Amino acid sequence: MVTRTPELGEDGRPVRVPVLPPGMEPELEGEHMLINIGPQHPATHGVLRLVLELDGETVIKCTPHIGYLHSSFEKLGEYREWNQIIPLTDRMDYLAPLIYNCAYAMSVEKLMGIEVTERCKVVRVICMELDRIFSHLLWIGTTAIDIGAFTVFLWTFQERERIYNLHEALTGARITTSATRIGGMMADLPPGWVEALRHFVDTLPKTLDEVETLLTHNNLWIGRNRDVGVISADDAKDYGLTGPNLRASGVPYDVRKDRPYYDYETYDFDVVVGEHGDCYDRYLVRMEEMRQSLRILDQAIERLPGGPINVDDPRVILPGKTDVMSDMESMIHHFKLVMNGVKAPVGESWFSVESSKGELGMYVVSDGGSKPVRWRVRGPSFINLSALPKMVEGHLLSDVITINASLDIVLGEIDR
Amino acid sequence: MTERNFDEALSGLESGAEAGEASGAPRGEPADASTHPSVAALRSRFRDVILHHTIVAGDEHVVYVAPEQVREVLQRLRDDEAQRYDMLIDLTAVDYGGGRPLEVVYQLWSNTHKRQLRVKATLPLVALEIDSVVEVWRSADWLEREVWDLFGIHFRGHPDLRRIMMPDNYAEGHPLRKDFPLRGRFTRAEQTRRSLSMAVEDFYTPDELAVTGGVPAGTGRGAAGQDAAAATQDTTGVPDRPNDPEWAPGASGSAAGGAPGPGGAKS
Repeated sequence: MVTRTPELGEDGRPVRVPVLPPGMEPELEGEHMLINIGPQHPATHGVLRLVLELDGETVIKCTPHIGYLHSSFEKLGEYREWNQIIPLTDRMDYLAPLIYNCAYAMSVEKLMGIEVTERCKVVRVICMELDRIFSHLLWIGTTAIDIGAFTVFLWTFQERERIYNLHEALTGARITTSATRIGGMMADLPPGWVEALRHFVDTLPKTLDEVETLLTHNNLWIGRNRDVGVISADDAKDYGLTGPNLRASGVPYDVRKDRPYYDYETYDFDVVVGEHGDCYDRYLVRMEEMRQSLRILDQAIERLPGGPINVDDPRVILPGKTDVMSDMESMIHHFKLVMNGVKAPVGESWFSVESSKGELGMYVVSDGGSKPVRWRVRGPSFINLSALPKMVEGHLLSDVITINASLDIVLGEIDR
Repeated sequence: MTERNFDEALSGLESGAEAGEASGAPRGEPADASTHPSVAALRSRFRDVILHHTIVAGDEHVVYVAPEQVREVLQRLRDDEAQRYDMLIDLTAVDYGGGRPLEVVYQLWSNTHKRQLRVKATLPLVALEIDSVVEVWRSADWLEREVWDLFGIHFRGHPDLRRIMMPDNYAEGHPLRKDFPLRGRFTRAEQTRRSLSMAVEDFYTPDELAVTGGVPAGTGRGAAGQDAAAATQDTTGVPDRPNDPEWAPGASGSAAGGAPGPGGAKS
C-alpha cells in the first residue's frame, strides 16, 4: 500500500509512513535522486537554495546553499560613519526593520556610554514589540499559504497593512524605516500616532482569534505540523537556535527576561515555551507571543512619559535649527557632527536584543574614529537555518517546506 | 585641521576606517578575576593559557586565550558543571588592518548560570589557523565557514570547510579583510564575465554531484550538454573553466593559451 496520510498511532499522534515501503520496488532500492529547490522558489521565503538527496520521497541529506542575496553589509559598514550604518540595518530583516534599527543604536550607545531618555526607551520598546507582531503576522500568513491555507494570508496581511501605515506615519517609510539615531530617534511620535497604535492593539486580538479558529484545531493543519521537524532541547541549544524556535523545544531563553534591557523586567509578560519542539509548537509559540507583545504594547502606551526623545549631548545629536542659526556653540557642534560624524571611543561592545526571530547580537569595534573597525551582526536566522539539515532528514519532501517555513527565516539577514 | 577633515569627509567612502589606536594584541586594563566566576575557574585550571582578562563597555568580560589551547578551554567551559556554557551564541573575527593579528571572537552563554563570556584568540597573519569547535557546539559549523569565507582563517578539523556567502570558486580572496578593496579585486567586467560563464557543476558540491553520477542530465557542459555549450560559447582564448580557483588572475600560460587577466574581458 502506498500511503502518505499520517495514520494515528496508539498514542493518538500521527505515525509517519514512508511513501515507498521497503521491498516494494527492489530495482529502485538504494537509488537516490538529487533535487534542487530554489533559489527562485516561492516556498523558500527568499533566495534560499536547498539541494536535497532523496530516497523515494524521503530526505536523506539536505544542503542549504546561501549567499544569493549577499550584500556584504558588514564590509559596507566599515566605510560608513556610525549614523550612516542605520539604513543598512533595516535592509537586513525587512520583516522587522525597527528591531534592527534599535539594536544597532543600542550597541553603539553602549560603546559610547550614552543613556537614552526615558521617553526614547519606551518608544523603542513600542517599536520593537510592534515589529515583533509585524514579523510574526507575515510568518503565519506565508507559512499557512505554504501548507495550503490561503485565507490566513489575506487576513494577516490586512493587519500588516495597518502596521505599515504606523511605520509610515512614524518614519516616512513603510519598510526601510531607519528610525533610530545614535542617542535617540529620527523624530518624536507624530500627533495622533499613539491613538492609532491604541486602536491597533485593541483590534488585533480579533484577527488572531479568527486565525486560531481556522488553524489550531484544524485536522489538516495538525497533520502537516505535529511531530514534523522535531528538535530536542539539547539539540536546539547545541545548534544555537534562539527565539521561538528554541522556546518551542522547551528552553525558556528570552533575552528580554535573561538580560533585560530598556526596563523589560518591569513589564508584565510571559515567556512562551513549547514542549515538543515540532512545527506545531513553533506555531503555537508565535501565536501566543503576539498576544504577549500586545500586553507589552498596552503597558508601554500607558507609561509613555513626556520629555525629550533625544539625549542632550552635542557629541551625538544635532542641535536645533534655531540654535544653529543664533548660537555660536551650537553652530560649531552642528558643523563638527555633519563634517566628522559621531565619534565612538576606542573599544568594543556586544549588545543583544530579542528580535522576532531570536537573539539578535550587534558587535561593534571602534578605534576611536568616526567609522567602525568591525560591525558584526549575529543574525538569528542564519544560525537557525543551519539546523535545517538536522531537522529535515528522514522526513518527506513536502515536510521540508513546512519545516523551512516553521523556522521563520529571512534571507536578507542570513546572507547579509 | 579643518582642511584635513574636509578631505576626510570627501574621501570617506574610499578610505575606510583609519588604523587609530586599536590593535589585535590583548589590550585594556587587566580586570580582577574574582569579578567573573568563570574567569576565576579558568585562571586556576589553565594558568598560562589565559593571557589576559579585561572588562569592556562596562560589564562585558573578555578573556584572551592562547590559540593552541582555545578548543580545550572552550570544551572545559561547556562541560564543567560550574560553568555549563551550553550555547555558542556567536563566533566571528576582527581584522584591525595594518598587518596586525586577527582576532577570533567566541561569544558564549550559559543557560544554567545565566552568564555571558567572550573568549578571544589572536592569530598572526602568517599563521591563520585555529582548531575547530564544531564538535563542542554544532552551531560553530556555519559560523566557522563564514569566518573562513570572509576572513580566510582556517579551522583545523572542520568537517566541511567550504565558502558559504561567496561562491565556492570565488577567486578574489576574503572580503572582510582590511586589505580587500570595497569593490573587489577584479574589474566589474571581469566579475560579470565570470558569473555569466559559470557551469552547472559550479553550483553543486562534489558530494552532491556524486549522487547523480555526474552532471544533471541535459544541463550544462557535462556529457549531455557538451554540444549545446560549445555552440553558444566563444571558446577562443577563454579557458575551459574560467571560474577555477586554481586559475590565477593574470596568469598567461594556461592550457587554453593566453587566458585573459582580470579586466581583459572578452565581449
